[in-house]
Amino acid sequence: MTISRRQFVSGVAGAGFASLAAPNLAFAQGAGPIRIGLLAAKTGPLASGGIDMELALTMFLKERDSTLAGRKVELISADTAGVPATARTKAQELVEKNNVHCIIGPLAAFEALAIADYLTEKEIPTLGVAAAEDMTQRHPSPWFARVSSTSSQCAYPLAEYSVKELKYKKIVTIGDDFAYGHEMCGGFQRVFEDNGGKIIQKIFTPLATPDYGSYVAQVKSADAIFLATAGSNGFRFLRQFIEYGLKDKMAVIGGMTALDESVLRNMGDEALGIVTTSWYSAELDNPANKIFAPAFRKQFKYDPGYYAASTYVSGEVLEAALKATKANVEDKKGLMTAIRGSTVNTVRGTIKFDEFGDAIGDVYIRKVTRSDGRLVNSVIKDYPNVSQFWTYDKAEFLKNPVYSRDFPPAKNLEP
Amino acid sequence: MQFWIIQGLNSLSLGGLLFLLSSGFSLIFGLMRLANLTHGAFFMLGTYFGAISLRNYSGLNIWVAALGAGIAVAAIGGLFERLILTRLKTNPLGQVLVTLGMSFIISDACLMFWGGDSIPVPTPQSLQAPTRVFGFVFPTYRLVLVGCAIAAAIALYFLLERTRLGAMIRAGVDDRQMARAVGIPVSRLFTIVFCLGAGIAGAGGVLGGPILSAYPGLDGDMLPLALIVVILGGIGSLLGAFVGSFIIGFIYTFGSALFPELAYIILFLPMIFVIAFRPQGLFGRVGA
Repeated sequence: MTISRRQFVSGVAGAGFASLAAPNLAFAQGAGPIRIGLLAAKTGPLASGGIDMELALTMFLKERDSTLAGRKVELISADTAGVPATARTKAQELVEKNNVHCIIGPLAAFEALAIADYLTEKEIPTLGVAAAEDMTQRHPSPWFARVSSTSSQCAYPLAEYSVKELKYKKIVTIGDDFAYGHEMCGGFQRVFEDNGGKIIQKIFTPLATPDYGSYVAQVKSADAIFLATAGSNGFRFLRQFIEYGLKDKMAVIGGMTALDESVLRNMGDEALGIVTTSWYSAELDNPANKIFAPAFRKQFKYDPGYYAASTYVSGEVLEAALKATKANVEDKKGLMTAIRGSTVNTVRGTIKFDEFGDAIGDVYIRKVTRSDGRLVNSVIKDYPNVSQFWTYDKAEFLKNPVYSRDFPPAKNLEP
Repeated sequence: MQFWIIQGLNSLSLGGLLFLLSSGFSLIFGLMRLANLTHGAFFMLGTYFGAISLRNYSGLNIWVAALGAGIAVAAIGGLFERLILTRLKTNPLGQVLVTLGMSFIISDACLMFWGGDSIPVPTPQSLQAPTRVFGFVFPTYRLVLVGCAIAAAIALYFLLERTRLGAMIRAGVDDRQMARAVGIPVSRLFTIVFCLGAGIAGAGGVLGGPILSAYPGLDGDMLPLALIVVILGGIGSLLGAFVGSFIIGFIYTFGSALFPELAYIILFLPMIFVIAFRPQGLFGRVGA
């Protein structure tokens, strides 16, 4: 209830403001402000990420005085609560009631999938965050562009790094038992095994697993364990992993959300030395991030991570596309073409989009270290311009089924 | 062999945790005939109280934190019972709905105050080193947790079987009308039992904290487990809650270790069988 009231208030305030400001905007095409809809889970178990998404996007717009390419911008934020049906309702509200010109978000794959067809049908340019592979592979939509990565896109470089640099031969993977975990483990396994490594055990745990004890106790002896977890699960798994004395026996490596900055800020020395992979780190040394990360930290007292960066990058891409189209958001096709055709220097580095709308950009191998008293993901290696197809042939890649529990088949499991 | 020993110990520790969670639920259910759906939220509130107080006061130890959180949650539970539930005495469905609503309020309040991140409850320094059991390594704290659950079970047993208050509660569980007729202040008893149940959940939340951490959604993860334990063990029976907790601990642990894909099916199957063939649960009494 509060959300719709908040939306109502911001809608009314925005409308009033727009009518006042209209005369000054005569140079811009169309009438009124650009309306951006943000779909983020601000309540429920995904709230931590969703709140960061809103904070970062709000900050982005504030830095630009709510003006992009010379035209006022109004942000309408809707709470999906991390529930697909709610995401669908809110998306419809944003499109049909608020008449948004484009949508940013949502976070979870099952939310994104629930609204994909609707947004395609309504032809709404969407800047996605969710990682579901097929949204930019086997079932792409011309109205969708992903500024983050697919589930496995960041796992590929880490898999190669594990074999070539860390010299790991046997790895156990553990992931959340839903598409994100399946896809990430699948992609990791494929590249790791193609490079000569062996995945000797694959464990998938229910998304709601209060006690990881029984899973930790079955982990087989290997060089390392790969965490394909989201939200707080990696954090809780890791604590039990340490309690069972396993951290001294095998290394821990993780996917892009396992040790996100939002998780690190509640961890201690036990996280030190863990290697993870992502398309972002608050420690990135590029001009845009040199401004963004300290500013975010100053304002909110913690480092931005995956979720905050995702909407900030969305904002940067949108701004570039608006500049290219002279802020003519009424021409949706033109805007979408501009988004997909843009090459933008963002806080994650320079990105462009492939023909399916997925970002091609650098992926960073990071190691947890301590800096100024807090835990950070220091970048130790940069894999430039990683595509969602890694080094595989695109046509061959798409002939395979999407990664799942059983694909690629695990041939090296130990009994 | 190692597998069976380690997972057996895991089952025991999970069982202990479940007993701390569900004994209060069973107590309240038994006396008040009320499925208190706020119970998971009380547990989570305890975990948050523990996590926050241990984070802010480094000298505090977990036992004091558990006691403090238990008292605080008991007070909140008492107020909730006095101010709201008593008004709905004649409306059982309304009571259940109110407890459900209250659990949403508590979980949203937790999210508002403490954010969406997981907050760890540190394992006590002295219990951090793993214990060697038959040459295998096992987290010491989990063993201590089993001890806590047994201690709580014994304390509750004495309270119920050996004290005047316990006798009154048992009378109320067996026949509320008759208890009232012989002069037992059943309404005040309700409040006491509700405080007690909420308090155990709150303290249990802190003690479970080092395993679970405080995070949004913890309430929803725990409540079904409490329901399963109580339905399996028998409503209002302390022994039932105790045995039920350990049975579920074993089923859940071995289920997820041996057939991870079927973990939840294995968990809920026994509950379905019990409801179908022995509705009063393993140790529950017929009628009442």
